[in-house]
Amino acid sequence: MAEVAVRQGAEPGEMIRLAGARLCADPSGILYWPEQRLLCVADLHFEKGSSFARSGQFLPPYDTRATLARLATMIACYDPLIVIALGDSFHDGDGPGRLQEDDLQTLRRLQHDRDWVWIAGNHDPHPAAGLAGRFMTQVVIGDIVFRHEPSGDGSRPEIAGHLHPKARVLTRGRSVSRKCFASNGHRMVMPSFGAFTGGLNVRSRAFDAVFGGSEFVAHLLGDARLYAMTASRCLPD
Amino acid sequence: MFHRWFAQRGWAPRTHQLELLTRSRAGASVLLIAPTGGGKTLAGFLPTLVELHDRGARPRKLVSTGKDVRRSDGLHTLYISPLKALAVDIARNLETPVAEMGLPIRLETRTGDTPISKRTRQRRDPPHILLTTPEQLALLLASADAPFLFGTLKRVVLDELHSLVTSKRGDLLSLGLARLFTLAPGLQTIGLSATVADPRELCRYLVSQPPDGEALADLVVATGGAEPRLTMLEPGDYFPWSGHTARHAYPAIYDLIKKHKTTLIFVNTRSQAELIFRELWDINEDSLGIALHHGSLDVAQRRKVEEAMVRGRLRAVVCTSSLDLGVDWGDVDLVVNVGAPKGASRLLQRIGRANHRLDEPSHGILVPANRFEALECRAAIDAVAEHAQDTPPLRTGALDVLAQHILGTACGKPFDADELYAEVRGAVPYVGLTRADFDGAVDFVATGGYALRAYERYAKIKQDKAGRWRVTHPRFAQQYRMNVGTIVESTMLKVRLVRSRNRSGGQTGMIGRGGRILGEVEEYFAEMLSLGDTFVFAGEILRYEAMVENEIYVSRSNASDPKVPAYAGGKFPLSTYLAARVRALLADPGQWRGLPDSVREWLDIQKWKSVVPGARELLVETFPRSGKYYLVCYPFEGRLAHQTLGMLLTRRLERSRLQPLGFVANEYALAVWGLGDVGAHIERGDVSLAQLFDEDMLGDDLEAWLAETALMKRTFRQCAVIAGLIERRFPGKEKTRRQVTISTDLVYDVLRKHQPDHILLRTARADAATGLLDIKRLGEMLSRIRGRIVHKRLEQVSPLAVPVMLEIGRETVYGEASDTLLAEAADELVREAMSGGGGG
Repeated sequence: MAEVAVRQGAEPGEMIRLAGARLCADPSGILYWPEQRLLCVADLHFEKGSSFARSGQFLPPYDTRATLARLATMIACYDPLIVIALGDSFHDGDGPGRLQEDDLQTLRRLQHDRDWVWIAGNHDPHPAAGLAGRFMTQVVIGDIVFRHEPSGDGSRPEIAGHLHPKARVLTRGRSVSRKCFASNGHRMVMPSFGAFTGGLNVRSRAFDAVFGGSEFVAHLLGDARLYAMTASRCLPD
Repeated sequence: MFHRWFAQRGWAPRTHQLELLTRSRAGASVLLIAPTGGGKTLAGFLPTLVELHDRGARPRKLVSTGKDVRRSDGLHTLYISPLKALAVDIARNLETPVAEMGLPIRLETRTGDTPISKRTRQRRDPPHILLTTPEQLALLLASADAPFLFGTLKRVVLDELHSLVTSKRGDLLSLGLARLFTLAPGLQTIGLSATVADPRELCRYLVSQPPDGEALADLVVATGGAEPRLTMLEPGDYFPWSGHTARHAYPAIYDLIKKHKTTLIFVNTRSQAELIFRELWDINEDSLGIALHHGSLDVAQRRKVEEAMVRGRLRAVVCTSSLDLGVDWGDVDLVVNVGAPKGASRLLQRIGRANHRLDEPSHGILVPANRFEALECRAAIDAVAEHAQDTPPLRTGALDVLAQHILGTACGKPFDADELYAEVRGAVPYVGLTRADFDGAVDFVATGGYALRAYERYAKIKQDKAGRWRVTHPRFAQQYRMNVGTIVESTMLKVRLVRSRNRSGGQTGMIGRGGRILGEVEEYFAEMLSLGDTFVFAGEILRYEAMVENEIYVSRSNASDPKVPAYAGGKFPLSTYLAARVRALLADPGQWRGLPDSVREWLDIQKWKSVVPGARELLVETFPRSGKYYLVCYPFEGRLAHQTLGMLLTRRLERSRLQPLGFVANEYALAVWGLGDVGAHIERGDVSLAQLFDEDMLGDDLEAWLAETALMKRTFRQCAVIAGLIERRFPGKEKTRRQVTISTDLVYDVLRKHQPDHILLRTARADAATGLLDIKRLGEMLSRIRGRIVHKRLEQVSPLAVPVMLEIGRETVYGEASDTLLAEAADELVREAMSGGGGG
């Protein structure tokens, strides 16, 4: 296997080193590990719209297909062997049961011939009946732990989601806010991928806990590339 | 008895008051048009007072409704006012005659401030007269008590109707009225209005419209009334080219205050009000009582000013449209209108604030702040002299408001769709509502209105066995009550004074927090600012430093020429009618006699150096200036329409490879600049002005822009809130408005992609056509000027172009994709980031 990030017809994402591994962070918000042919995506929050609908807030029921369509593009680009959905793949435990038939078919096509791992999240802590793929609370590949909530003691390199990092930058007097990867070279928090997911500012306390209060880099998602900023230069909310 | 009461106070009932009384007692609904000071409000209540007097005191029996026990002798008259303060004032004013004549009448107000215990009591034991607002009416109608409460209703009095009908509140009110006509057959209405362009429309608004044909309320017009005396203040030696401060005129205004008993000084924006107020006090050597009144001020503060005014303790009040409506004031003998009058009717209403007596002339003086405004003032004075009116035509009812009303109706009592459709079409704004749109709105309320029928099982309203739509859970009625109303406040940002950023090194982090708050500005204004822009606010020249959370940071600046005018020109554009008059005035040098000398001179030089456009033409001037090429055009359609035009034109120029860099718009003109010599291209014929200004720009280019513009997303958010897609607030904890913005933006993006014809997107488009993007007006302009574009290629800037050129800020406003900005920031910071940061 050639050890390159192959994203045909587009600029490759930015290479981020994490404990020796070379990972490709894509502007769409997914992470690709060429060496393992592994694609990782965090916080899909499928069926968030229908979850709100249960309480009478009828958000458009198109978030799952919007999210799936973007994911399908990424899977077509990188053609991974392993896909890790890093938890909170469904907005709530009943989410899988509310999938529209079309969306379910799309999902199955994406899963076909791939080792698909559903990591447990706080929104979806239990395995979903009727869905293909392995269900795990965490998985270790190479030297790296993949889990939903950043929670290790830092002794081991870790990739997590859960926090939905975003960063705000002030430039020419205007503030621009984008989702981002947050990483200090040893631990990484991935951006949320779901269409209806918002973000948590990287200057929030939650990130101090992850990075022990020391400096880390926010890789902001641009339209076609990533933009790296030290987190302390980003604006708080 | 009523005559005696009038006589005791030395009054005689006016003809229109008696006429209204006669017609109303004969059973007709009536529209009364009278200028302020015509005893309009009392006239509106006279029929009710007389009826309740004739009827005499009734025993208030207890009656059983089956469920509980209530009082008989119910609500007789409902009074609806656009302002809750007005409802409270009117109630107070009405208590005097009621008490003096010993009438057996209970009257009460009901506003957002009314305690819950009193509200509950009012539903069980209503007063004879209830004074309230459109939102409170909607809430009352949405309760199960509505049939009991309104079953006895005889009359509705709608005050300041001309002002109510111009917004979505008017739509909501019209639907409430339609409900009342059903609940109280034989209900009469009385509308009270200032003079409008088309009284017939208001006459229709007041009665339920039959399925075929047209029903009208009677019209009573207060006659007489002295002609207002209107003049324009001579500008003196120096007349500004641009800006809205009218600083040159402050000494003259001060002299006018000294010469009059009480002067009202109207301005168009809050910041103008602040500025004038401050500067008048700077020259207030006689310590005259001069006060300030505008919408950003605390309510208690405003009431204090109003009270002092009524007691005659003030010599002048500087105010905004916050005083356009309201009860009669003390002895105002002069109204000064600073800046553009915007519309003839609006000006007349403001001037009517002086001399609240019909038989004495109101005295008004217009103070143009710049040369273009002098043209607008002249046109407005002429229009008033001709009794021309330019109030906007009645609205087409919005679908988001309809959705809100449908849920409210179901909260009151299960409804039959056919019956409700018929009822709704009785309301004038919804006369043309198609069954498909009505059903679409019902479907939206029930399950969100999505083509993908995903939410059937969560429906908010469902049809029962009899086919009636009923609310499926009481919590939806609770949701409705939290969300009722059509006013979605625009997000305000606090303006905080900080020290300027230290650039000389050392400090690389944040600007210091913790300065003084100067006031608030609308978010959209702040979004257009770039670092280093200077603007006027709270009477100071400020430099924009940063936007942090809900605040913008500014520092004091000594710039002599603030680049970005604060709220240039206010929120709404000059009326189409006045715009046409300004163009006609400009086109006819014979009429220039009525203009100040400096303005006439300016136009003469324009005629000599360039050309003065004909009344129906669009003049396009092109010229080079310090390395850039400018295109300036003069549509006179208001800043909002010009901004939209600017966005679309720059897209087209970009495609023609003319490298546009930016644009700036004011009320009268638009200037676009770039690197390509646009004038030469036009002359050579490789750029066609006809194509550049073709109406087809409202097709694909508009689509592309709508996809990304924050203005459209803001419009969508308002519709989403009104329609109830997004909750305004949750019981107990209010969601901050910025959070709401974020989520509706995501919803907008997804919906636009997956169901572009969704009812809320259609509603948002309809709003954008007349609202923030003023697309409708732009379309009418493009159609008007087709084949009438006059190009003038010049060596240098023309006199007519100077005002808009002076408004050019240092930075471009347009089209800076946020990605470009990110790239800049990243380039600046990337080395630092990659080297591991400075923190350690």
